[in-house]
Formats: sequence, C-alpha cells, structure tokens
Amino acid sequence: MPHWSSRGNDLSFGRKLRDVNWGLVLLITLIASTGFATLYSAAGGSLDPWADRQMVRFAIGMVVMVAIALTDIRVWMRLSYLVYAIGVVLLVAVELFGRVGMGAQRWLDVGIFHIQPSEIMKIALILTLARYFHGLSYDEVGRIRWLFIPLAIVLVPVGLVIKQPDLGTAMLLLASSGAVFFFAGVRAWKFIAVIVAGGAALPVAWNFLHDYQKKRVLTFMNPEEDPLGSGYHILQSKIALGSGGFAGKGYMQGTQSHLSFLPEKQTDFIFTMLAEEHGLIGALVLIALYILLIAYGYAIALRARSQYARLLAGGITTMLFLYVFINIAMVSGLVPVVGVPLPLVSYGGTAMMTLLVGLGLLINVYVHRDVEIPRHMSGL
Amino acid sequence: MAINRRDNDLQRVFTRRALLLGTAQLGLFGALAARLYYLQVMESDRYALLAEENRISMRLLPPRRGRVLDRFGHELASNRRNYRVLIVAEQSRNVDATLEALSRLIQVDDSQKARVKREIERRRKFVPVVVAENLSWDDFAKINLHSPDLPGVQLDVGETRDYPYGAMFSHVVGYVGAVAENELGDDPLLELPGFRIGKSGVEKVYDERLRGRAGHSQIEVNAYGRAIRELRRNNGQPGDDLVLTIDADLQRFAMERFGEESGAAAVLDIHTGEILALVSNPGYDPNWFNVGITQAQWRQLNGDKYKPLINKAIQGQYPPGSTFKMLVGLAALEAGTMTPDTRVFCPGHVEFGNNTFHCWKRGGHGTMSLVSAIEESCDVYFYEAARRTGVDKIAEMAKRLGLGELTGVDLTGERKGLIPTRAWKQAVLGQPWAQGENLVIGIGQGYVTTTPLQLAVMAARLGNGGYAVTPRIVRADDGIGPVADQRPASQRWPKLDIKREHLDYVIDGMYGVTNRPRGSAAGSRISLAQFVMAGKTGSSQVRRISRLERETRVRKNEEKPWEERDHALFVAFAPIQAPRYACAVIVEHGGSGAKMAAPIARDIMIETQKLDPSRRARTPPGPTTASAAPAKGGG
Repeated sequence: MPHWSSRGNDLSFGRKLRDVNWGLVLLITLIASTGFATLYSAAGGSLDPWADRQMVRFAIGMVVMVAIALTDIRVWMRLSYLVYAIGVVLLVAVELFGRVGMGAQRWLDVGIFHIQPSEIMKIALILTLARYFHGLSYDEVGRIRWLFIPLAIVLVPVGLVIKQPDLGTAMLLLASSGAVFFFAGVRAWKFIAVIVAGGAALPVAWNFLHDYQKKRVLTFMNPEEDPLGSGYHILQSKIALGSGGFAGKGYMQGTQSHLSFLPEKQTDFIFTMLAEEHGLIGALVLIALYILLIAYGYAIALRARSQYARLLAGGITTMLFLYVFINIAMVSGLVPVVGVPLPLVSYGGTAMMTLLVGLGLLINVYVHRDVEIPRHMSGL
Repeated sequence: MAINRRDNDLQRVFTRRALLLGTAQLGLFGALAARLYYLQVMESDRYALLAEENRISMRLLPPRRGRVLDRFGHELASNRRNYRVLIVAEQSRNVDATLEALSRLIQVDDSQKARVKREIERRRKFVPVVVAENLSWDDFAKINLHSPDLPGVQLDVGETRDYPYGAMFSHVVGYVGAVAENELGDDPLLELPGFRIGKSGVEKVYDERLRGRAGHSQIEVNAYGRAIRELRRNNGQPGDDLVLTIDADLQRFAMERFGEESGAAAVLDIHTGEILALVSNPGYDPNWFNVGITQAQWRQLNGDKYKPLINKAIQGQYPPGSTFKMLVGLAALEAGTMTPDTRVFCPGHVEFGNNTFHCWKRGGHGTMSLVSAIEESCDVYFYEAARRTGVDKIAEMAKRLGLGELTGVDLTGERKGLIPTRAWKQAVLGQPWAQGENLVIGIGQGYVTTTPLQLAVMAARLGNGGYAVTPRIVRADDGIGPVADQRPASQRWPKLDIKREHLDYVIDGMYGVTNRPRGSAAGSRISLAQFVMAGKTGSSQVRRISRLERETRVRKNEEKPWEERDHALFVAFAPIQAPRYACAVIVEHGGSGAKMAAPIARDIMIETQKLDPSRRARTPPGPTTASAAPAKGGG
C-alpha cells in the first residue's frame, strides 16, 4: 500500500489544527455576526429572545464544526453510508410518528430536542453520493447502468421528503444531488434529457401538489391579487426591501420589520429586514460575503486530491449556494415562498447545525486536501 | 498509469464543471443584485410610499362644537365634560374580576357587564371599551382613587352637548344627534363614530359654523393596528360660538307665563327684526336626544296631545281670527272702499245670499266706524269691509304685512300659512270664489291661516310705521350685550306702500282695544305710562258652529272638549308713544283671546320693556315712526 504512506496521508493533530482554514472560519463568523446584529434589531434592541440563543448555538456549532474538520476524512467516508441509512430510517420514522408543524410532518420529538431528518439527509446525501462516485472510473460514470444505484440513493429520501410534504427541501436535495452527479462527470446530455423530461412532466406533477403548495406558486405569479391573504408575505417583503432604498432606513429603524408588517422577520425573511435597515449597500455587502464563502468552497474543492473530497466540497458548496440564492430570490419575489432559511443568519438551531456540519466537512476537505484515497475504499 | 489517466480525466471534468457551475452561480448572484437594484433603487419611491401608508394612520380629532349663547352671553347650548370609564382587555388580568370590582364603586348592572364583554370579544384586545358614561365627579374621583386595584381600567374625559335650560329653548336651539346615512357629505368628520350634528333649530341651521374644522393626528401603527406613537398633530379649528338675539330672561318669563297652556309666543324688535323670545309650549328636553332618547321618552313626546315636538311659533298654522281685522281695515282704506268715517250699523248679524253671518255680540254693536270696530272687534263692520274690498285686495295687503309666505327666520321647519285668493281657490280647489267667502275672510276665518311669528311680524310692521321688517334669531353683529346698530326701521327696511294716515287710524283702534273702556281687552291694559300697549284680540273658531247650535244655544268654550274650543290670540306692540316691541301670543284652544291670550301678552310686554334698558344702549332709538295716536280718540 504505497500511497497510504505518502505525504499528507497521516497528519498530526497540531498540523491539522494549523491547517484549518482560519480565514474561512473568520468569514463564517462574520456572516453569523450580521445575523446576530439583525436578530438584536428584530427583537427591538434586545438580545432576548433571538440573538442570545443564536450566539449560543453558533458557539456550540463552531466546536462541532472544528471537531468535524479535524476528524480524518476517511472516517467520514466510511461512515457515509451509515449516516445515509440512519437518515432514511429517521425519514420513515417521521412519517410514522412525526410531529405536525406548519401543516407538514417534519419533526421527531426526541426528549429534549426535535430532529428534522430532512436536515440530516441534506448532508448524508452528499456524503453518500461522493462515496459512491469515488468508486467509479471516468468510463464507468459515463455508463447508464452505474447510475441506477445513485438515482435510487437520491430518489428514496426525496420521495419521503415530498410525502412530508416539504417541497422546498425536496427540491434542495434534488438540486444538490444533481450538482454532485454533474461534478462526478455524468455526461451532459443526460442532464439535458432529464430537464426536458422533467419539464414535460410538470403539468402532471402539479396535480400531486397540496393545495397550500399550489397556492404559494399561484400567489408568487401574482402577489398583488390577494394582498391580505397569501400574497401578503411577498408583498410586504417587497415593500420593506424597496422602501429601504439605497442606503437603508438605519439600524433598528426598519418600519416594516419593527411594526410587524414583515412576517417571519427573524427567520425566513431576515434578509429583507437587513436590506430594509441597511439598504442596497448592506444587502450587497452580505451577498459579497456569501460569494466569498462560495468561492472559498470551490477553491477548496479544486485543491482536493481525491474524488471523494472534491465531490464532498463541491456538493456542500452548491448546497450553500442554493440556500443563499433561493432565500434571497424568495424574499425579493423572484421565486415562490418555499421556506428556505438564509444560511448562518436566519434564526433557527437545526439549519444552523446542518450548515456548520457542512462547513466543517468543507474545512475537513481543506485539511485533508492531499490525502489520497484508493477507489476500492468506496465499496462496502 | 491507466488508473492515473482516468483519475486525471475525472479531475479535469470536475475542474471544468466546477468553474462552469461557479460562473453560473455568480451570474445568478448578479441577477439577485439586479433584482435588488430594481426594488431598492428604481422602484424605491413607490415602495417607500407604500411603507408609509402601511405605518401611518390618520385619526380625525373632532373639534369642540361652538356654544349657542343668548344676546347677553348666557349659554343655551354648551359642552359638558363627559366622564367615562373604559376597560382595556389586554391590560386587565381578569375582565370579570375588574368589572366586579368596578361595580362595587359605581353602579354597573348585569346588562352593562354583558355588553362590555360582548364588545371586548368583538374587538381587538387593546381597544378600550366604554363601561359607563356621564359619571358624576364623585364617582369619577372614586374610581381614580382605586385605580391601582383596577387593572385595565381607563378614565377618560370627553365632551358631550349640554342644554342647561332644558325644554325652554328646545325649539330655538334645537338639538344634536348622530349622523344619519343621508346626511353624510364631504366632511370626513361626519363619519367619525359618535359624532353629533345639529338636527333642528339653530343647531341645524348653523351646523357648519358651530361644527368647526377637524384636526388630525398622524399615528404610527403596527400591522395589527395598535398605535405606537403620535407623529404629528393638528388640533383643527373649534366651532364658532353663535350669539342669538334671544333674551334668555325674557324667554324664561314668557315660557313660564304659559304655565300648563299649550301655545306659542313671539316677541320682536320692530326696528331690527331681532326675535327676543320665541316660545312654543310645552317644549321637550333636548338633552334626551343628545344622550339617546329612550323608547318611553319617545312615545311620551309623540303621544302628547300638546305636541311638544312641534315648534308652534313657526310651524303652527292657525286662523288669525280677529287679529286679521286691522289688515282688512287697511286694505279697505287703501282700496278706497271704506273711509275712516264710513259708518256701518251692527244689529248682531248680517244676511248675505242665503246665509246669515253672526257678530260675536248677539245684540249687536250699533253704529261702528273703523276705529271703534277694531276697538270692540265688531264682526259685522268687517263683513262689510271685506265684502266691499274683495279677497284679492285683502290678500295683497296680507302679503305686504308678511302673511302667507315664509318670514325667512333662520330656523328649521317654518310653515307658510295660507292667504287665499280667487286664483288660488280656482287652481287648488277648482271652484270659483263665492262672494260670501269674502265675509268670512273679513274676520280672519275660512281658509286663512297664519303662524304666530307671522302675526308678530304683522304687528311689528304696523307698529314701525309700515316698514318691511323681517325676523332673525342670530345676531347680525355676533356681539354680546347691547347692539350698537340702533338705526330705526325706516333706515333698515323697504317702506311698504301704506298711507301713514291710514295706518294711524288702525293703530288708534288697537290703542283702544287695550286702553278704552269698551276695548275688547280693556282688562289687559298696561297702566304704566311709559309701557302703554296697543293690541288686538282674536278668538278663532276651530269648528263651524252649526245652525242647530245657533237655534238652541251656542255652547260656551268652557263647556266644549279642549280640542273644539277656540284658539285664543293676541297681537300687540308697545310702547305706544315710540313703538319698539311687537308680540303675538296664541293659546291653543284657549277659548277667548281677551281672557286667555291678552293677559299673557300684557305680562310679556311689560317684562320685555322692563328688561329693555339692559338690552340696548341708553340713547333713545332715533326718530319715532308712529305718532301719538291716543290723542285722536274715536268710536
């Protein structure tokens, strides 16, 4: 086993700690801090009830993130399928015993805290697909028969999540999985075929949507139609954004947010609140921070030596992008309201933890960028 | 090596595709930036406006309603503090317990409690709900003292209209009430819940002056409508006070003088047309309407046979009876059908066509001239005068003296009365005028009706020497106290084309009514030299006296049911040497004008003149228009 002993395969703890991309950690902290400041404003100039809890979660999450980053990447690779299996079991469990929240079954009540299996699945799916594709050669990736297993890996959890029904998460899972397929080298024409087929199937899929999901899509098409009903969220968000103007109304001065016209200002619509108070400038600065974060992600992916590490980094970076893009596009009325939080900024423990775990894996890839992993390690 | 090549393929593909996807993602971020630029820069103004509309709520502040004052500044309508107690559900930990605690301090019955709880359920938790209104200061202070034990209880001082004189001015001042659907106009104030507008009297006629202009308060509200803070405030313009020509002391005197009798009186300044008193008895308490009249009160007012809701002084239309006779005499003199010296013999009745026309004095008056006929109110003389003159000439004179048309007084609901003409009868009844009807008109009966105010105007026009004075009830100068403008009628009003000499004969007759022994109201003489009054009685039939009754016995008024008795009337002006005040009095179904109306008129005229020095400047009111008629004597 010559390459097991080659440079970078066995790293000391100190070396790893030094190798952690502290610039990235700083960037993450910076983005989270804009979240704390905005949550402080959302509570009317108070740490309670959101900012303080969010900071505690972030602190815990940072420890978890670094711990994940420092654990050998091969351990994660070995655990990938197990995590996936647990995720699927939990998704089935949530279907059977889940708690109803917001009209959908999403939570499992485990004593002191809630588990959202779909969150676990966001990471698990990327880990699993990365491991699976790690085991394929370029030629194998090009053959359809090697794609049945990964398609099943994707469609089982997606199907379960749709059944919950949580269309937003299902789309997110589908899109980030698609990105891993794409990065892995699945031929481009297959994507075109799937997109065309998917487009053709759209009218059929429409009939399977729940009423509230149909309504969301319809109000997105024409929010002014029903300004006090379901179009209210989008309309008030656009008013908040637009009235913020170029320079914003000033910190803690957002009328739309503070007078409760803006719904969910501490969670899904937190970007709107920030942009109302800090204007276009504030919005663009935050977007720039996210672009920097995503660029970091791609840089890490490109530096990685193993296919597993590349796919893992690429998948997580894409997931991050999808979160940011869908959230901002949603609050500015470009896509329907789907309930996707703004990464690291929106109030909420589960999403924060998912993201920090993902970012921990990203840093892990950076730390273990030169570790070589033989293809056969992918197999069971 | 093969493995490595394929690994390199995978890495190359990954690099290419990562760059591709990364670029696409950057492009999508660009789209987001463009979207934000569109919303936050290009459309910013539109959304800024929408955000302001969201957060700012305009609240109207009702202006203080102007007061209504008498000519000396006594408040006839004012605004009383209305102490209210309210409850805010969200501040009260337990609404039931708070109401219970409140009912130990003031009276809150179960139906009130039930209403409060109903309203709390209907409204948002932070909207105050009225528990009780019009609290006494003691109750108000008591609640205030206990407020620490009454969570959620708010005290509030509002304003409500108050009529301190009660029924005395009900028909002049009127009352305010809630805005009806058809009264909604441009003024947004009218849509304010609980806003009151004038419903009758000067409250209605001068509503806009009294109302004032609304102020407004800009309030920042949150998405649930809760007020956060006040941004701007404009207190608006309170309504103007309205000064009436009425003398409250005189009004009170006149009203009380009527006692239990149903009737009306009007006292005018014959030079200025100012109404000093305008009585319609009985009145009603306008405060009932303001607070919200109860079913029982409404039934009581509507069922009363004395019709307290009618302003009899301007809405009551009565046959003028003998008070019409001066006018018939004047018409005859002006037409030349009679002269002051024309003698008519009164045997107690006169035959005309197939009818017999009776004089009120069965035995007859003997030979009568104009002056003595007015003095003794001889019917036969005026049958003759009317027969010779004809209805149209009489109607023309009636019109000149202000009858048969609106006086134009600034009050609501004034009626015209009726002065018939040949053309009128043809047009309305489709019948030609019968000669015999002239005779009936001659004694102010038949189709003729007038309002008490019209009769007062008639007396004023006779008294001021034939100038077309018109009545008003709101002071022209808006001042309080003596009126500066003391010009006589001759400098204020157009002259009526009536010969001075003719007028003097009529006035002489009116002097005789009250001052000569044979005068029909000699008993109501004013003996104080400076207050001497000239007048005329009238007793107008409500019901035709049948032939059968004539043959058996004409019942005395006292024997008839109230509704069938004659109306008692009296018109007068005084003082005779320099007339200044005119008045008309009617006692509904009072029987005899001399017995019922004249004494009331006499007392009112004495009081009017007694109060006079306080009412105007000390300087005498310019050249007098009426000559000293008493010297002439007659009859």
